[in-house]
Amino acid sequence: MKQRLVVIGNGMAGMRTIEELLLSAPDKYEITVFGAEPYGNYNRIMLSAVLCGEKTIEDIVINDRKWYREHGITLHAGPDKAVVRIERGQCKVYAQDGTTAEYDRLLIATGSRPVVPDIQGNDLDGVISFRDIVDVNTMLAYSQSHRKAVVLGGGLLGLEAANGLLLRGMEVRVIHNNEVLLNRQIDKQAGEMLQAELVKRGLKFKMAAKTEALLGDQAQHIRAVSFDDGSEVDCDLFVFAVGVQPNISLAKQAGLYCERGIVVNDTLQSYDPCIYAVGECIQHRGQTFGLVAPLFEQAKVCANHLSAHGVAEYKTLPTATKLKVTGINLFSIGDFLGDQQSEVIRFTDPAMGNYKKLLLKDNKLQGAVLYGDTQDGHWYQELLENKQNISGIRNSLIFGRAFTRSLG
Amino acid sequence: MHKLIKTTCPYCGVGCGIEAEVNQQSGLLIQGDKQHPANFGRLCSKGAALADTVELTGRLMQPKILGKDCEWDEALDKVAETLSGIIEEFGPEAVAFYGSGQLLTEDYYVANKLMKGFIGGGNMDTNSRLCMSSTVAGHKRAFGSDTVPGCYEDFEHAELIVLIGSNAAWCHPVIFQRIRAAKTANPALKIVVIDPRKTNSCDIADLHLAIAPGTDAHLFNGLLQYLQQQDAIAKDYIASFTEGFSDALAAASQSSATISQLAEQCRLTEQDLALFFAWFAESEKVMSLFSQGINQSSSGTDKVNAIINCHLATGKIGQPGMGPFSLTGQPNAMGGREVGGLANQLAAHMDFSNSADIERVARFWGSTRIAQKPGYAAVELFDAVYDGKVKAIWIMGTNPVVSLPNADIVKQALERCDFVVVSDCIAQTDTSAFAHVLLPAQGWSEKDGTVTNSERRISRQRALLNAAGMAKPDWWIISQIAQRMGFAKAFAYQSVADIFREHAALSGFENDLEHGVRDFDISGLANISQTDYDKLQPIQWPVNQDYPDGRKRLFDKPTFFTASGKAQFIAITPRTPVNLPDQAYPLTLNTGRIRDQWHTMTRTALAAKLNQHKPEPFVEIHPEDASRLGLLPESLARIQSRWGSMLARVHITESQQIGSLFIPMHWTSQLAAHGRVGALVNPVVDPISKQPEAKQTPVSISAYSPLWYGFVLTRAELAFDDIDYWVKVKGENCYRYELAGETLPEHWPIWAKEKLDDASCPKLEWQEYEDATQGIYRAASFQEQQLQSILLVSRQYVLPERGWLSRLFAKPTIDKFERISLLSGEPPIGSAEVGAIVCACFNVDDKSIKTAIKEKCLKTYQEVGACLKAGTNCGSCIPEIKALLSITSVSERSVI
Repeated sequence: MKQRLVVIGNGMAGMRTIEELLLSAPDKYEITVFGAEPYGNYNRIMLSAVLCGEKTIEDIVINDRKWYREHGITLHAGPDKAVVRIERGQCKVYAQDGTTAEYDRLLIATGSRPVVPDIQGNDLDGVISFRDIVDVNTMLAYSQSHRKAVVLGGGLLGLEAANGLLLRGMEVRVIHNNEVLLNRQIDKQAGEMLQAELVKRGLKFKMAAKTEALLGDQAQHIRAVSFDDGSEVDCDLFVFAVGVQPNISLAKQAGLYCERGIVVNDTLQSYDPCIYAVGECIQHRGQTFGLVAPLFEQAKVCANHLSAHGVAEYKTLPTATKLKVTGINLFSIGDFLGDQQSEVIRFTDPAMGNYKKLLLKDNKLQGAVLYGDTQDGHWYQELLENKQNISGIRNSLIFGRAFTRSLG
Repeated sequence: MHKLIKTTCPYCGVGCGIEAEVNQQSGLLIQGDKQHPANFGRLCSKGAALADTVELTGRLMQPKILGKDCEWDEALDKVAETLSGIIEEFGPEAVAFYGSGQLLTEDYYVANKLMKGFIGGGNMDTNSRLCMSSTVAGHKRAFGSDTVPGCYEDFEHAELIVLIGSNAAWCHPVIFQRIRAAKTANPALKIVVIDPRKTNSCDIADLHLAIAPGTDAHLFNGLLQYLQQQDAIAKDYIASFTEGFSDALAAASQSSATISQLAEQCRLTEQDLALFFAWFAESEKVMSLFSQGINQSSSGTDKVNAIINCHLATGKIGQPGMGPFSLTGQPNAMGGREVGGLANQLAAHMDFSNSADIERVARFWGSTRIAQKPGYAAVELFDAVYDGKVKAIWIMGTNPVVSLPNADIVKQALERCDFVVVSDCIAQTDTSAFAHVLLPAQGWSEKDGTVTNSERRISRQRALLNAAGMAKPDWWIISQIAQRMGFAKAFAYQSVADIFREHAALSGFENDLEHGVRDFDISGLANISQTDYDKLQPIQWPVNQDYPDGRKRLFDKPTFFTASGKAQFIAITPRTPVNLPDQAYPLTLNTGRIRDQWHTMTRTALAAKLNQHKPEPFVEIHPEDASRLGLLPESLARIQSRWGSMLARVHITESQQIGSLFIPMHWTSQLAAHGRVGALVNPVVDPISKQPEAKQTPVSISAYSPLWYGFVLTRAELAFDDIDYWVKVKGENCYRYELAGETLPEHWPIWAKEKLDDASCPKLEWQEYEDATQGIYRAASFQEQQLQSILLVSRQYVLPERGWLSRLFAKPTIDKFERISLLSGEPPIGSAEVGAIVCACFNVDDKSIKTAIKEKCLKTYQEVGACLKAGTNCGSCIPEIKALLSITSVSERSVI
């Protein structure tokens, strides 16, 4: 008899694990998937492309319901199918509408939720986050009927949302608490180039700003944002994009050991040997996750163990960052600020919109920021991941792989 | 409008004929003159690039007094008055002219006539002193006259050609090619090269004798002795036509008793010596071609005679295919000798040693104040300037601050001198910097007159273009000043032909059995009409009643121009160079020319294509010396002598002997900081010829280790005078500056922008690359997508190749790909075309995907992903990959 595998979360991490599992052990499990969104599985990181109008929802669907059927997977999708409880003693999960499923192995892939700062007015109408298809549809609707949008957060998600709203015809201002956009990914110089480019495209910015309150009209709809410097900005739509936090309420409630995320070992196993977890909900060796690349690696390792091969180990590698704004190429990886011992190689061509910075330590690449010409981003990532000694190619390093004869 | 004009090349003494097409639209087109007997249409790299050197940039266009532009009258008056004043106060010996083998015969004639005939002093010398005076003195001792016996045609008749102290391959390339062709046509022709260096001329040599520097006289003394011992001498010839054989032989036996001793002296093997000696003895037709390796020596005259002795002893002279043959360095060194341009000469191959000659020339010129004794020869002359004995000097068409030995003393001499006049076609030279009065002279392509080449052939240099600015012919300038000094009648020349006729007449004046016969006689041209002068075909002197069409060879009838009519053997006791290497200066410095440059580069460095071969001052050193002294290829070195020091790029080569260095003579302060080898050369001269010993100076060499190295390529001409080491190289579309500094700028980006900023480009865009830990800084500037400048700086002396970067300046715009690449210094490997990017995550383009689909028969996007990683991260490109899969498979089907 097949073992039963239940997956909570129909997102990218969970479904990639299933895809991997189907490749390595297609007949091992009878699989049941619970998802809180009423679709098959879609590519969440392409939501900004949908917002921009470059892709449709259909385009970003990875696996439709037919796929689940074809692979004999039971899919419970929709808000009423959200899992509300895990009974570890019974090895059983309960959904909102009472649907249950028993498991031999449970995979938790509940992802993350947007951080909503505790400021006055965060519950007004017209104040949203940017996480799922519902949020995208809300923004699209506002872009038809309203003019002024404010996005809080000059990080990756914030800029992608702001760019999308701009392309949809809104007047968009980005509020950022730092002087540098994407300050967790890039340095000041690249940040300035990015900001100049975005300004050229029509985005407005308020940098190093501290938001004091969201102000509503009589209908409890947002009308303006106020700042600690006393200024106000008019606003019809307000989007929080200040980060995510692991979605662990269900796990906590089930008594699984959690810190900031569900704590897992190098095989993606939680403190309960029957329960695995992958994606943005986990905490591995102290680290939580927000980008897609490590999720896929987790999926691979987790699938390896679920299929009882038991040989893979998950290691957190530096993750590359890209901004998904068409026409803007930006790449960042590793420690891009460095310390006293870091050696910097820099290439700048502001008129062409090119900037590259590499940080080296002990003849190894420590981090990289590329703006404009990002062709070699992945190569730098390889060099960094492989801890390659670059002393032999140092002089051509910043010009890229095409200029580097050998790694001798 | 276009016209064809025949003229003569202004560079070496080969004297190649040129056919110039002057086209007002496209400028000058230079081709070899197929009819000219010196070259039959061939030209070397320098001659072929002449059209690139006639630009007006850098030309002296207007007279200047103390740096201020003035009119001709003002300048001429100033010079005439000042010279007259000095002569009145201090006598005629207090003034001097220093001329050049670049002057035309007519210019030279007038200058010599003014100084020796009318100022009445002997101080007219010339830069030919630096190249030909040992030959002149040797010829005179042996033949009683300064006669080159043979002609170029002899190369085709010879059985053995010996090149002694001559890198003809680089210095007389058209002659060298002619010899190469002769050897191809006649493989039995043997070539021997005698030179301490393995030069390019060894390319066609059957034997290279890499002799110890300065031992040429030992070698030819040894040969003389060998010829006697082998009974290979021409006893009858010696007896009938020569004098002094036994003394010469005795001296030869003294210098080296045996062949093994000789081999040791010359650092050669006995076998090689024996082979050369045997070839010389066995071959009937032997030519000994010699040049600066013989002449530029403290015993240069003796070396010339040691060679001539061997030809006289075997009678191998005067007939086709044989004889000693001096390769002259300058286009008109011979013409200068003919007019008497050297301080010990008077005029027309007459000199001060014979009072009848002095009296005869005075009568011819109608002068009452002709000089009675020789003046100072070049090195002495500038010493006399330094000491204040000579108070005014007029330098014509030459650059002694670069070319003379101990050149820093020459600089100081000119600094101290009361009155320095420089007539030149170039505005800024190391010498013109010291001029009180600067007079703009016409340059090649503007001036008109005659030159004489190494085979005594007189050819016309003709004007091709209008004079630059206010430039005038040298003869006009000199005559004008002579007239203003009160010699109006003797200098009332109306044309250059007037002067030529007078010169020709003087050569034939009382040149007969009654008064004594002189070799130089062109009296046959004394009445030449203007039209015939204009049409004058190349002709070899003598040109007189007996030889109205000129004469190929002298001494075909063995009468010589000595008192007895017999050729003279000279007893030679070989002398080593005056200054020998010691502990402090353990190496011997040799100097010379390189293939693509001429003298002090005032003209050749204007032609970009001539600057590619050897763009920078360099020093050649043997690998063993280099490794012993820690010198690495292409690093910089400081070379030092007791007299001065310089910096040069290290070239390590086995063509150099251990213990010897070679440095080219060309670089000036206009083109390089510390690149003048003349500053190092010992001020030692031959006691007879007064020619400096430029080939042997004891020096030391050490690594020069500045804090940074770099180079700049720039569309605009810039100045780096404050940088410790700089060399300026004109390229096709940019200037190149090689740099090195002993102090680091505080901030490279600021330095770069200060140095490279171009006022004519207001919208410069900057690109920069910095790896501060390694001391690497690179920058490029662009104006509207056109490359303006590139700077590359490093702590290492090895920097990227300049070639690819220089070529980018040819492009009107730089494409995006080149712009990303250029600071790397090289084009990317393979420069593979990159298609449109499909997978942005892993940077995979459509071409790579299509290729992989075809080559690896990929069917699904997963397979594409497994192969190229494309589509395996964010997955947004999977639809495009699928589309590529369908297109590719369809097209494949259609192919099948």
